Amino acid sequence: MKTIFEKSVPGQSTVQLPKSDVPEIKINSLIPSAYQRKKLNLPVVSKINVVRHYTKLSQRNFGVDQGFYPLGSCTMKYNPRINEDMAALPGFCYPHPLADDKDAQGGLEIYYELEQYLKEITGFDAVVLQPAAGAHGEATGAMLMKAYFENRKEKRTKMLIPDAAHGTNPASSSLCGFESITIKSNAEGGIDLKDLEKHMDKETVGLMLTNPNTLGLFERNIKKVAKIIHKKGGLLYCDGANMNPMLGVTRPGDQGFDLIQLNLHKSFSTPHGGGGPGSGPVGVNKKLIPFIPTPIIKKRKNGFYYRDYSPQKSIGKVRAFMGNFGVIVKAYTYIRSLGSNGLRRAGQHSVLNANYIRVKLMPHYHLAYNRICMHESVFSDKKQQKYDVSTLDIAKRLLDYGYHAPTIYFPMIVHGAIMIEPNETESKSTIDGFIDAMIQIAKESKENPELVKSAPNNMPITRVNELKAARDPNLKWEE
Amino acid sequence: MDFVPASKKEEKEMLKTIGISSLNSLFKDVPKEFLLKKDLKIPKGLSELELSKKVSSIAAKNKIYETSFRGAGAYRHFIPSVVHHLTMRSEFYTAYTPYQAERSQGMLQSIYEFQTMICRLTGMDLANASMYDGASALAEAALMATRISDRKEILLSETVHPDYQKTVGTYCHANSVKINKLPSKNGIIELKDLKKLVTDKTGGVLIQNPNFFGSFEKIKEIAKIVHDKGAILVVSVIEPTSLALLKAPGKLGADIVVGDGQSFGIPVSFGGPYVGFMATKTKYIRRIPGRLVGMTEDTKGRRAFVLTLQAREQHIRREKATSNICTNSALCALAVLIYLATMGDKLKEVAKLSMSKAHYLAKNLNKVSEISLFNKKPFYNEFIIKVKNSKSVLSKLKKNNIEGGVDLGKYYPKFKDHLLFCATEINTREEMDKVIKILSRS
Repeated sequence: MKTIFEKSVPGQSTVQLPKSDVPEIKINSLIPSAYQRKKLNLPVVSKINVVRHYTKLSQRNFGVDQGFYPLGSCTMKYNPRINEDMAALPGFCYPHPLADDKDAQGGLEIYYELEQYLKEITGFDAVVLQPAAGAHGEATGAMLMKAYFENRKEKRTKMLIPDAAHGTNPASSSLCGFESITIKSNAEGGIDLKDLEKHMDKETVGLMLTNPNTLGLFERNIKKVAKIIHKKGGLLYCDGANMNPMLGVTRPGDQGFDLIQLNLHKSFSTPHGGGGPGSGPVGVNKKLIPFIPTPIIKKRKNGFYYRDYSPQKSIGKVRAFMGNFGVIVKAYTYIRSLGSNGLRRAGQHSVLNANYIRVKLMPHYHLAYNRICMHESVFSDKKQQKYDVSTLDIAKRLLDYGYHAPTIYFPMIVHGAIMIEPNETESKSTIDGFIDAMIQIAKESKENPELVKSAPNNMPITRVNELKAARDPNLKWEE
Repeated sequence: MDFVPASKKEEKEMLKTIGISSLNSLFKDVPKEFLLKKDLKIPKGLSELELSKKVSSIAAKNKIYETSFRGAGAYRHFIPSVVHHLTMRSEFYTAYTPYQAERSQGMLQSIYEFQTMICRLTGMDLANASMYDGASALAEAALMATRISDRKEILLSETVHPDYQKTVGTYCHANSVKINKLPSKNGIIELKDLKKLVTDKTGGVLIQNPNFFGSFEKIKEIAKIVHDKGAILVVSVIEPTSLALLKAPGKLGADIVVGDGQSFGIPVSFGGPYVGFMATKTKYIRRIPGRLVGMTEDTKGRRAFVLTLQAREQHIRREKATSNICTNSALCALAVLIYLATMGDKLKEVAKLSMSKAHYLAKNLNKVSEISLFNKKPFYNEFIIKVKNSKSVLSKLKKNNIEGGVDLGKYYPKFKDHLLFCATEINTREEMDKVIKILSRS
């Protein structure tokens, strides 16, 4: 499809701005010629053509509203419309981030109350809403751990990370200058305790553990894991990307974790927006509170909310202002909608749906770990390989059937992984439809593998030449 | 109200298929002692009607100022209606990151167009798909500069937004990068100081333009000094409407240009979400953090878009990635794109109006006794005034339902009783005359 730049017609009528009611500045006297822009090279497109262009682009995209989106570890649940309406209220859109506390009582109340709810849901002593996404929360968490040990004058330089972990974990750890040490998984998909014990020492910060992990499995040995880390004075970090199945059922703060990051755009229903904005709150236990980013939102006895910038040991700020407020309003609205019962039902049904898929697909696809799972299960293309059909082919064929593909080739410890996360907001009939499609694809792989290997066939485009994109990068439009 | 559609009957059927009798048995891997015995202390769920009333009542506790002169990194500009309508197309906003190219051409092409817009405005060769916000983009740029130069020190101008300075500080501390501060004189960087402070150890120099005080930095001259010492120049643009009038920083010698796109179609919303951008030169293509979208072809030779050069990123490179960034601010980047596509060359008018209004206000405030204009050098749409008592000025305005500028005393001790004012095309002469009138009454 043509780009917006190819649709530009210089001189076309576009928007109209009000006439100036003040004397116009004399640019030449304020900006030296060498610093002036001579040509503003932006497209000139009439409004209706702008609307049509982006409407057409939207039709070449796919979201939760268009169909089932079982992308593993991404928790693509229904995004309630009421959340959008609330975030768009003028009372929330207009306040300036540096508004006086007195003028921003509503905004500060949302921050404060959401922090209280997230503390209760996760079992931690404090929550900070500043980070803008999950990985941002991870980095903030790693920085907090660094600050904690610096304050104790302990030199710790290594971070333990399971081989099943998301790539952001080692990358966040590198952001703090820690050396990442990979910990093996055991035969049942959990942490290899012996390997953990071998590597955990007094030069090690701790362990970044995703729980439930990226195989969709709850760490059965969590108590032992925590003990090994804590015995050597380390900290146990929970990557809370997979918080959804634990909602109202169990709390990481009770399981021995010292801190966590959450993804409001996963577990708490805020839309992912095609790649953000998200929000990655961090929860910590008591010993890490002195280091959390400022400002801290506090409440006086008389109910007045205010921002406290005073904590001296704080790591500082990880972004401008206080957080992705619009996203925070949506998560607040979601939690108030569900209440305690609804949260538990969400957690339980996300696990019910995942296990239903696990059992139904087991005869047709190789299941990496045959255990009861939490919110997701990981299959592979092992059974289809003999027909020369790969995970990628299966994923692309699913697009033809009107579904988004699961997460593929991750976690890396499962060769040809197909990671399926249905979430609680999908009905049995939707899930049955997906299961039928998967079974059909398994059958096609056997009987007509070319059909699967050439997929997708009814998308706006066929498979893309990624090699060409990387070898000869074309990253912007040039006339 | 929850969003679980399953009926009791369906729930039973599914449990039976799995081979268990109750929802609780799904959690047998969780040690018993960690299973919650009681309900969470969260208020009972609300119906949509109750919810709307409840949340609206909280929103109503925020004071809305029809007239505001507060900027400092969050700007009120006119937003054409189409921006909201198009970004709320659910195909965009309920989608995940475009991993499946064939089903995500819409988002991928929009990111490619966003990258193009950013390149054109900044004068750089390539731009990424977006960052969280301007401050984190600047912090990432600082780290990128130290990696390119292989030097572990940066020079950070005090004319950079204080929150941005703090963010850079946090990231640099974590990365063991030393920060040296670059002072200012008369509200801009003095070249003499810069010459003294850039050394062979300086990896990057971080400046902002227009700077936090509203004034223009001499980017071209600064770039020469920085490059003579082999350092990287990072220019941060947090009021990007200014780029409609200013020569692109890339054409003036910047090596990395970052900033925040909030001015382009995103409401101030109490601080977020906004969208950071980052652009650089072709030679640093493998050093840039974040996602990149490239144009390529499908198997039938048709134009197609895809995430590319992913070997830089965390999901491939893990601990050796250029950054840990994954989710960025795609929907806000889409808003920026649609804003720019809608405004086109009218962006120049936005910039001229904003600058003219700020100059009108500054000039007339400067005439008021007990108020003086701090900026001795040319400025864009923000400026500082020195007043006798900043608190009383702000409260006088507040009584008249006007939100005055930012009190700089809390950021810079030397700027006690100084206020940073901002004006955009939104502000009318009538509003400004009112401010002048109120402050003229002593």
